[in-house]
Amino acid sequence: MSLSELTASQLLQQLREGRIKAVEVVAHSLRQIDQYDPTVGAFLRVNRDHAFAQAEEIDRRRSRGEKLGKLAGLPVAVKDNICTQGEPTTCASRMLKRFVPPYDATVIARLKAADAIIVGKTNLDEFAMGGSTETSALGRTCNPWDVTRIPGGSSGGAAACVAARMVPLSVGSDTGGSIRQPAALCGVTGLKPTYGRVSRFGLVAFASSLDQIGPLAQTAEDCALLLEVLAGHDPKDATSIPQPVPPFSETVRQPLEGLRVGWVREHLGEGVSPSVLAAIQEAIKVFQSLGAKVEEVELPHARYAVATYYIIACSEASSNLARYDGVHYGYRTDEKAMLAELAEERRVLQQQGKSEALEDLDTALVRMYRKTRAEGFGAEVKRRIMLGTYALSAGYYDAYYLKALKVRRLIRQDYDKAFQKVHVIVGPVTPTPAFALGEKINDPLAMYLFDLFTVGTNLAGLPAISIPCGFSEDGMPIGLHLQAPPLEEETLLRAAHMFQQVTDWHRRRPPLLDRQAVAT
Amino acid sequence: MAEQPYTIVIGLEVHVQLLTESKLFCGCSTKFGAPPNTQTCPICIGMPGVLPVMNRRAVELAVKTGLALNCEIARFSKWDRKNYYYPDLPKGFQISQYDLPICRGGYLDVPSPNREGMRRIRIIRVHLEEDAGKSMHDEKAGRADSRIDLNRAGTPLLEIVTQPDIRSPAEAKAFLTELKLLLNYLEVSDCNMQEGSLRVDANINLHIPTEDGQYVATPIVEVKNMNSFRAVERALTYEAQRQYEAFLETGHRLGDVPKQTRGWDEDAQLTRPQRSKEESSDYRYFPEPDLVPVTVTDAELEALRQQLGELPADIRRRLQETYHLNDYDSDVIVNQGRAFVDYFCQLADTCGDGKMAANWAQQDVLRTLNERDWTITQFPISAAELARLLCRVKSGELDTAKARMVFGHMVDHQATVDEAIQSLGIVQVDETELRQLCAELLASNPKVVAEVKSGKDKAIGSLVGQAKKRNPHVNPARVKEICLELIRQETT
Amino acid sequence: MISLAEIEKVAVLARLLLTPAESQQMTEQLGKILEYMSLLNEVNTENVEPLAHAVELTNVFREDRVTPSLDREMALANAPHRDEECYRVPAVLGEV
Repeated sequence: MSLSELTASQLLQQLREGRIKAVEVVAHSLRQIDQYDPTVGAFLRVNRDHAFAQAEEIDRRRSRGEKLGKLAGLPVAVKDNICTQGEPTTCASRMLKRFVPPYDATVIARLKAADAIIVGKTNLDEFAMGGSTETSALGRTCNPWDVTRIPGGSSGGAAACVAARMVPLSVGSDTGGSIRQPAALCGVTGLKPTYGRVSRFGLVAFASSLDQIGPLAQTAEDCALLLEVLAGHDPKDATSIPQPVPPFSETVRQPLEGLRVGWVREHLGEGVSPSVLAAIQEAIKVFQSLGAKVEEVELPHARYAVATYYIIACSEASSNLARYDGVHYGYRTDEKAMLAELAEERRVLQQQGKSEALEDLDTALVRMYRKTRAEGFGAEVKRRIMLGTYALSAGYYDAYYLKALKVRRLIRQDYDKAFQKVHVIVGPVTPTPAFALGEKINDPLAMYLFDLFTVGTNLAGLPAISIPCGFSEDGMPIGLHLQAPPLEEETLLRAAHMFQQVTDWHRRRPPLLDRQAVAT
Repeated sequence: MAEQPYTIVIGLEVHVQLLTESKLFCGCSTKFGAPPNTQTCPICIGMPGVLPVMNRRAVELAVKTGLALNCEIARFSKWDRKNYYYPDLPKGFQISQYDLPICRGGYLDVPSPNREGMRRIRIIRVHLEEDAGKSMHDEKAGRADSRIDLNRAGTPLLEIVTQPDIRSPAEAKAFLTELKLLLNYLEVSDCNMQEGSLRVDANINLHIPTEDGQYVATPIVEVKNMNSFRAVERALTYEAQRQYEAFLETGHRLGDVPKQTRGWDEDAQLTRPQRSKEESSDYRYFPEPDLVPVTVTDAELEALRQQLGELPADIRRRLQETYHLNDYDSDVIVNQGRAFVDYFCQLADTCGDGKMAANWAQQDVLRTLNERDWTITQFPISAAELARLLCRVKSGELDTAKARMVFGHMVDHQATVDEAIQSLGIVQVDETELRQLCAELLASNPKVVAEVKSGKDKAIGSLVGQAKKRNPHVNPARVKEICLELIRQETT
Repeated sequence: MISLAEIEKVAVLARLLLTPAESQQMTEQLGKILEYMSLLNEVNTENVEPLAHAVELTNVFREDRVTPSLDREMALANAPHRDEECYRVPAVLGEV
């Protein structure tokens, strides 16, 4: 059996039993990257030498009988909005292209403590703002199932590298669906934990009250393995929940009895493509066959989730991204050219005798900020900063931001009520399978509406998982969305594992792998 | 001062740095004076991905201040972001408190500057926020750019906002003096304006009476850049007169022109308009998502109240009641801080004479502390030992001049009273011997005796001189007393 | 929904410099998005408390203890313009 057929849990088993070495696992991972990443474009950077050195060290320690961490020897990919000490962390933005953090994110420290091998950093939508990874300023990622299509986003690289079997485990972040949506579109499993379950320290903020780091892998079992390492209270994050972490990797295999599954009428209605609808209905039947009780629940405010989400997320983003001003780190515009330009503008205004405009002319400092940010950010980031700035500005705050916070509570209350009846709510992750690269890039609203099914989870702070549940006629993966009450990751993982025990959608491989494998 | 044809209305906005060891959201030291950018970390530099975690002590100090200022302490308060761009504000927003500050309402009673009782200045709110870094510009060096030092960024700051209750520049100064004293006592802040641990902005306008018994208000001006309490007083005095003249010239009333910001120019002793950008006032406050709200229970409030200790106003009252000190003396002593007050009280209690203890504490002890740059805790003479010296003065064993010599020796050599007297070779004249001497002098100076009898007590002076010639160790005050006593005995 | 003039004002507030074409496009795109967001107007939010945090924790503190700061060279390492001691920016004077 080829190494790329093995899940993280299986690899770990073989590593522990000494049947393979960490260097072999890493070498295989790097080979896969060499072979497929020129096509897929999942990685922004690969730490070849360091990964090998680390693998050798782990093998040495294992041979000496030393106690090793929970992920010892497993290659892990990390989304490039998670800070790695001494290694660039770019957020796929020109703004941070050369930024090297002098600190590790808490999840990175945890991965290192677990002896995971961080093989590289993956591509994303710039500052995680997007649903297709197309807003990355530093590279293009495509869907391994069809290279003319988007991998989803913003954790597009994180999902694509698992789908193309480059790494068994991958770490992403999810603000409005950024783990679950690319997982669904690339046919892998991805989990967004409860807000506060995983420390955000070191995750470059997009929308602080919504952001959450989580695992992507082939299976729910592997996600459990990775989540167990990522999760846990962190005193460096004031919003981190002081609750013990259940042993997910052990409990994931325990089937759930008396599972009650809810579904929402609106999620299975208009706008959902027939193939997605069919796959979800089929998946619900699978749960029924496993003994689950299925019933309808209502989320009456779900239709307001996208509007609510984009107001809150953009408002927070406009503030979070204010720090990128060319002063303390990151990109700064060419100062000489900027000053010359400003002098020229002043000269022209003076010539025209426009004294009012002269008075309003930017100072050198303000122009430095404005040009730096104009050049450092891409179009989608600017759009969201503008939208958020507007929503928070005097005269609009109540109508947009405050209104959204109130609707957010109503959305949360809907969930609370629904979860009095059921353990999990199932539905589609996306209305359609992956669309073509470039298809929606010029229609921001259409792109936002694609997030319809995932953003509510973040607004309510809930955990949710996306698992492969079928394919469209043209062979694109479809994801099943399971949402649960706060801190019920265990329920999600166990339900997903039960599902994956009786289905094999998650084992399917993109044709690309077999085609190119034959070719080489 | 001539009566002004207007009433001055002043409200203050005071920022004080809290005396915490570490910054508000990270573990960097708050110590003043370190080389630039040596007290920073990813959190206070605002690097991508970092998160703030609130310093517990800072919140406690804010609550203590609120209690001491008679404020209502919020049972639920939260943090907000105030968004604006400035190079010394690395995150592009300041974490502050907007609609739910930690303390609201309250007041501070301030001794009125002309000593006519107390003036109550109401407090609108007290809230906690983070300080910015420092921008340094050196135009003289011909540099077109500014240098940024982030050592101060993230230092906890308390913003205290008063109602416009202050009616004169002197009263503004008195308020600040009293506030500083209070915060020193609470160990909340050292309120050092030179080091920037206390900063003041003032809002000022005038109410000018009109013939119909009403008044017109002039436009409110915010005065900034005042670097000492004296500068505050001068700047506001200047600004009041300027506003009056401007009103006479333009007739502009409140609301006619946008609020102006003016900076105090210490060298020129005048205020100048500062450029203010209209858009900079749209701070887009919203709840800080990275910090969680703070709740305070009654029990926690009570525990903090217990920690306040006796506050300056109470101590002042106690000194006046217990030791019969006047306003001035009690002020001087209270202003030296809690340790000095304790020293004084022990001194007064032990020697049994509050007024005398106050004189010695203020003149001799304070002068020595100032000369040697000591604090009272470094002062080598214990209150008990100094009380012993004062008792000798009271009993007449030592005159004040000698007592001062003894005091000086005690300070210099860390000696007891007895040791000092011995080393200085001060011979104490026996009381019987002294009476004998006085009787002899009276006998040989009938003219002086006659003068005294006719009511000229001063005539005794010449006898004191003679006594000193005969025995240099005599206490002149005592000689005077005995002589007068003997003459009176003679008359009756 | 939103005017070109408003877009230009917001751009200054957000410290973005937009070309005339970008401003035009931004006006159209944001207009469409804001129009969609007016959907929220149909929700009755009377007596609904705003929800700013997904998890409603309170009183999370750190103790007032000093921890080591960054070495200055490390702190300034990412600065686009600096000297040995400080970050450097175009003159801030004249700004408030």
